[in-house]
Amino acid sequence: MDYITLIQLLDSTVRLATPLLLACLAGLFSERAGIFDIGLEGKMLAAAFFSAAIAALTGNVWLGLIAGIASSLVLSALHGVASITFRGNQLISGVAINFLAAGMTVLIAQSWFQQGGRTPSLMAGARFEGITLPGADAIADVPYIGPLYAELISGHSILVYMALAAVPLTWWLLYRTRFGLRLRAVGENPAAVDTAGVSVVGLRYAAVAICGVLCGIAGAYLSTALQAGFVKDMSAGRGFIALAALIFAKWRPWYALWATLLFGLFGALETRPDVIEAAIGMKVQGQLLGALPYLMTVIILAGFVGKAIPPRAGGEPYVKER
Amino acid sequence: MDVMPKWAEVVLVPLISLLLAALISALVILAIGEDPIAAVKLMVTGALGSTYGWGYTLYYATNFMFTGLAVAIAFHARLFNIGGEGQAMLGGLGVAIACLYIPWPHWSLALIGAAFMAGLLGAIWAAIPAWLQAKRGSHIVITTIMFNFIAAALLNYVLVNLMRPKGQMDPATARFPDAVHLPTLHDLLSPLGIAFSKAAPANVSLLVAVAACFGLWLLIWRSRLGYEIRAYGHSESAAKYAGISPVKITMIAMIISGALAGMMAINNVMGEAERLVLNSTEGAGFIGIAVALMGRSHPLGVFISAILFGFLYQGGAELALWTSIPRELIVVIQALVILFTGALDNMVRMPLEKVFLALRKRKAAGPAT
Repeated sequence: MDYITLIQLLDSTVRLATPLLLACLAGLFSERAGIFDIGLEGKMLAAAFFSAAIAALTGNVWLGLIAGIASSLVLSALHGVASITFRGNQLISGVAINFLAAGMTVLIAQSWFQQGGRTPSLMAGARFEGITLPGADAIADVPYIGPLYAELISGHSILVYMALAAVPLTWWLLYRTRFGLRLRAVGENPAAVDTAGVSVVGLRYAAVAICGVLCGIAGAYLSTALQAGFVKDMSAGRGFIALAALIFAKWRPWYALWATLLFGLFGALETRPDVIEAAIGMKVQGQLLGALPYLMTVIILAGFVGKAIPPRAGGEPYVKER
Repeated sequence: MDVMPKWAEVVLVPLISLLLAALISALVILAIGEDPIAAVKLMVTGALGSTYGWGYTLYYATNFMFTGLAVAIAFHARLFNIGGEGQAMLGGLGVAIACLYIPWPHWSLALIGAAFMAGLLGAIWAAIPAWLQAKRGSHIVITTIMFNFIAAALLNYVLVNLMRPKGQMDPATARFPDAVHLPTLHDLLSPLGIAFSKAAPANVSLLVAVAACFGLWLLIWRSRLGYEIRAYGHSESAAKYAGISPVKITMIAMIISGALAGMMAINNVMGEAERLVLNSTEGAGFIGIAVALMGRSHPLGVFISAILFGFLYQGGAELALWTSIPRELIVVIQALVILFTGALDNMVRMPLEKVFLALRKRKAAGPAT
């Protein structure tokens, strides 16, 4: 495998890892606050549709992004009402949200655009273009460093850099701020947080809202940067891979980056079977690569390799004692 | 003490949830510029207005009975089996193996053999997450979700690389031999002098599904094992104290659940398609969640709500055929049913409990004054 192929492979790894990373961090906020969220998939899908639809209608991708985030926030609010206010089953609420998004996006797409549940292809300006970082063209011809900088680091859309910046930001917010300390505490021992006079409900709603914003960006990335337009079911299980990555990362932000990059690499390799064959000298089934994130998650979760311990109060509605 | 009388708990709460789901669905139809009343009329005539419609309604209902029962039995042990989809895929593989590689002399024997293989593979696919939950503490919901994807990848591999006949392009097995063709409702009813549509896919598996409903009722409410499962579901610590092994109950409940989900394949794979294709389950494993929630995990409730969902499926297909409402409307309705009967249960229940509490107080205060 030559150097350029490697760079190309890593480049598509970054592209494929970005939505996973955003959704994974989204799930991290929610689950760290004790709210299980298997509705990441649905929120991404809804955001993918609304950002593509609004971008197509207005021609402005930023309005699209806002619409995507707003739609994801609506579903987050629904999840919050069901699982925080009415203390319902968080898993069932997540399942409902996934189906709601899967159905509503096609229904609305058909009603608005009459193109069989898709949006029109987005023109330039209505999608996020790659950004050429300063100096990328100048050093592109320098051996090794040139392609590394010009191909791999430069040339992604703004959302990719936002996702990467979200990792240290999440770390700082969770581990270096009062809000983060309380957020983590509410996922481990909500009664203690309540005793300290801090609102459990408020904190959990805040976490769910952050989760909605990040899922919204992830969805917008799918339809306005990775691809040019929305197609039915375009999230294609990415929300669940993000969930897998979250467990793989043991609910920590930096690990989340590595886990999603790893799963992004699997995705990139799936489209380049020739590269794997050249690298390890034998053919690997595409289906195996596709299933690898799920298999690895099962193994990690079972504690055969390291132990993933979820936040202790995860999934439990908080009932104030009277 | 229960705040609400039993009839309210069993009938009123699900009914109100269902009405809320129906109301919002009607608003959705209005919002996309269609007439909800006309849509309902079309669905009723399309799904229930002819034996052809009934044949499809009952065919879908058969699938949903199996997957609904699968989710229900797991719910009784307070386990959320979200992996019915994957278990049903593996069940399809079991049916294909049984039908293709064993020369059956008669369909009835083939049905028993195929149901056994389907149940076995489905049970294995559920037993692994169950074991991981019981022994290793992995969350069963996450593991079963992962197993759905692994099942899809496995099936894809098997169909593309192993079971596809030479020279065939689409990833599917060969057609099953004629000997394993299951009699349809037409075949079953015409000797009795009842005319039933020949084209509809409802078949003898419907009777198996109904028998499974009854069998599960016996198991849950009339057997020692069922009592243990329910006891474990109500309170794990109390069950442990009574000498009920959590590992045993988790394993057994999930094995029964997986076997039921797997057995769905005798309907869709053996009864209808007569070969195994990719995505043969068409999401029926997930609809089982809605069916079990609406049926309050009771086999009779599952039976009724499976027929309701069968009606929605066939009616939705008719809608997609004759109007510009896409088939995904059904997915929305399904989501709303799961939302209102499952996640927002307390939203319906809490006001109702207040009403009943007020009524009771008034009754109690009445004679004293």
